[in-house]
Amino acid sequence: MTLPDGRAVVAAREGEGATLRIHGAPIGDRVYSGAITFFALCVPLLLLAIAWEIGVAGWPTLHKFGFGFLTSSEWDPVTGKFGAAPAIYGTIVSSIIALVLATPLAIGVSLFLSDLAPRWLRQPVGFLVDLLAAIPSVVYGLWGIFVLLPVLRDPVMPFLRDTLHLDKTGLFTGPAYGPSMLAAGIILAIMILPYISSVSREVLLAVPRSQREAALALGATRWEAIWGAVLPYARSGIVGGVILGLGRALGETMAVTMLIGNRPEIAASLFAPGYTMASLLANEFSEASSDAHLSALMAVAFVLFVITLIVNAIARWLVWQVSRNTSGRTA
Amino acid sequence: MNRRILLAIPLAAAVACGGDRKAGADSSAAQSPSTTSGADLTGAGATFPYPIYSKWFADYASSTGVKINYQSIGSGGGIRQLTEGTVDFGASDAPMTDAELAKAKGPILHFPTVLGAVVVIYNLSGLTAPLRLNGDAIAQIFAGKITKWNDSRIATLNPGVKLPTRDILVVHRSDGSGTTYIFSDYLSAVNSAWAAAPGKGKELSWPVGIGAKGNEGVAGQIKQTEGAMGYTELAYAKQNHLAAAAIANQAGEYVEPSIESATAAAAGIGAKLPPNTDFRISIVNAPGKGSYPISSFTWLLIPKTIPSAKKHKQLTDFLRWYLTKGEASASSLDYAPLPEPLIATLTARIDSISADTAK
Repeated sequence: MTLPDGRAVVAAREGEGATLRIHGAPIGDRVYSGAITFFALCVPLLLLAIAWEIGVAGWPTLHKFGFGFLTSSEWDPVTGKFGAAPAIYGTIVSSIIALVLATPLAIGVSLFLSDLAPRWLRQPVGFLVDLLAAIPSVVYGLWGIFVLLPVLRDPVMPFLRDTLHLDKTGLFTGPAYGPSMLAAGIILAIMILPYISSVSREVLLAVPRSQREAALALGATRWEAIWGAVLPYARSGIVGGVILGLGRALGETMAVTMLIGNRPEIAASLFAPGYTMASLLANEFSEASSDAHLSALMAVAFVLFVITLIVNAIARWLVWQVSRNTSGRTA
Repeated sequence: MNRRILLAIPLAAAVACGGDRKAGADSSAAQSPSTTSGADLTGAGATFPYPIYSKWFADYASSTGVKINYQSIGSGGGIRQLTEGTVDFGASDAPMTDAELAKAKGPILHFPTVLGAVVVIYNLSGLTAPLRLNGDAIAQIFAGKITKWNDSRIATLNPGVKLPTRDILVVHRSDGSGTTYIFSDYLSAVNSAWAAAPGKGKELSWPVGIGAKGNEGVAGQIKQTEGAMGYTELAYAKQNHLAAAAIANQAGEYVEPSIESATAAAAGIGAKLPPNTDFRISIVNAPGKGSYPISSFTWLLIPKTIPSAKKHKQLTDFLRWYLTKGEASASSLDYAPLPEPLIATLTARIDSISADTAK
């Protein structure tokens, strides 16, 4: 057997499977492995290049304001005073709200789809949930302005504040204008829900049948089987899905900008407007022309980059912890 | 295809008649492909005048065959790209500062194109006539010093109007914008406390209020919130039928925002310009009867020396075209045209642009 270019192809039996070997393959192999190594290296190199570029551009600001850049609340492009504390705070708080709201919902949806739903319902519901991820974020933002904000303004916010008397917690006080940390957190929760639920669903479906059957055979109710046998088995995978959602929430820009109220102030109340680093960049980058302002925005980008790295590192560690504990327990 | 080549011939001839035979020969070869693919001139900058600019560039391309590609990336981006020399011209809603001019490769000329006005919009039910405001009242509302609608400083301007005790919700732009620049330029001109802080700029450190993205964000928030007040550009407010305040001008008359009252502001300032002006002028709080006080030019930024004879010809031809034909179509898109006397001054100024024929 020969290839069109004249190279001979020899089929050889080795062990159990037959492999095709091309004469002169070592060169092809080397080219191939060299090429994929190069491509694989490109990704981390690109990451380093981005970090370097942003870091260099932001350095004048980081150098000038030092640690105060992270702790100051003043952001005044006119006088050239820059502090990113409210944006850092807002990024973290809005992401936490999103996770708190989205995680139980997403796990519920995926449990329903993997264990409870009748077979004919699984495909359509799963498809619709996944479809949430396909909606452009500007559409979420518009939906937020025209549907979510009016609903929040009346009745949700007054209900939380006056009927449930949650104003005593300090988290739900002040006038209910609509654009707020709460609104941003809710829209983020909807946006990250499909990411968490699709990962969780796959993980739950991958839990062996024997795990469920063993629990049921021991006399567990359906709930006990899910809580005691299925969820622990899938835990590390679910945490991984949550982390994926968190990554999305930290970096989301457009929908948050449209709903958070863009006020660089740290307020305890979730009804108050806030700011995130991504929305600060989206708002100001296009019209920034002075060097100091541009450098301050680059410094914000650098801080966002570093925070995302830290969060991801913590997340990796969490997944690793969880999976170690799980395997330790099941073993 | 044939028509395009035919269109290119008179242009090439025109360049040849300019005296540089070589350039003429080059351009006749270069122009037919350039009309079929790519643009002859590229520009970048302000988003506010983008609708009228894109109309102008489309009209100009269909009547002359010269294609101008304009990217509305924002005034700041336009100035950056012009400074780096990646575009042939820039556009901005705020004049370049001395520092920005110093960074550019060569001198830059400012050409006012149309006028924009910023309107103060509000949501207050039960008003039969436009709310009346003056500069001091607006400055104190946006500074958070006036917090209630029935504050005496608003009530005295609106005799006979029943104002509620409701809180005023201030809504401002969150994204950097020429609209914010014009608005804060006006407030700085009429209120010394505002001039000290927050001052004027495309982004400010706002003392109070909620930041909304874009004109549509500000308008949306105000429409939904009884008692809200904010600002948008005139064209946006007109097209969306938003209630806009009448504002006291320098002469003390309350003027409603309109195309005519914005042009009147430019005429009021234009009459007082020194002959050697560089047109980096603010026309907020302009004198003159009927002038709307929160008005501003928007500018094309043209390098004084253009590196090729061909581009010099194309760009100066376009400048003459917009001053004669373009201005006439401005008001159809709710932009205020330049006043007549200014057009004559600007046309004369085109001659000071030179081509760098050394290259």
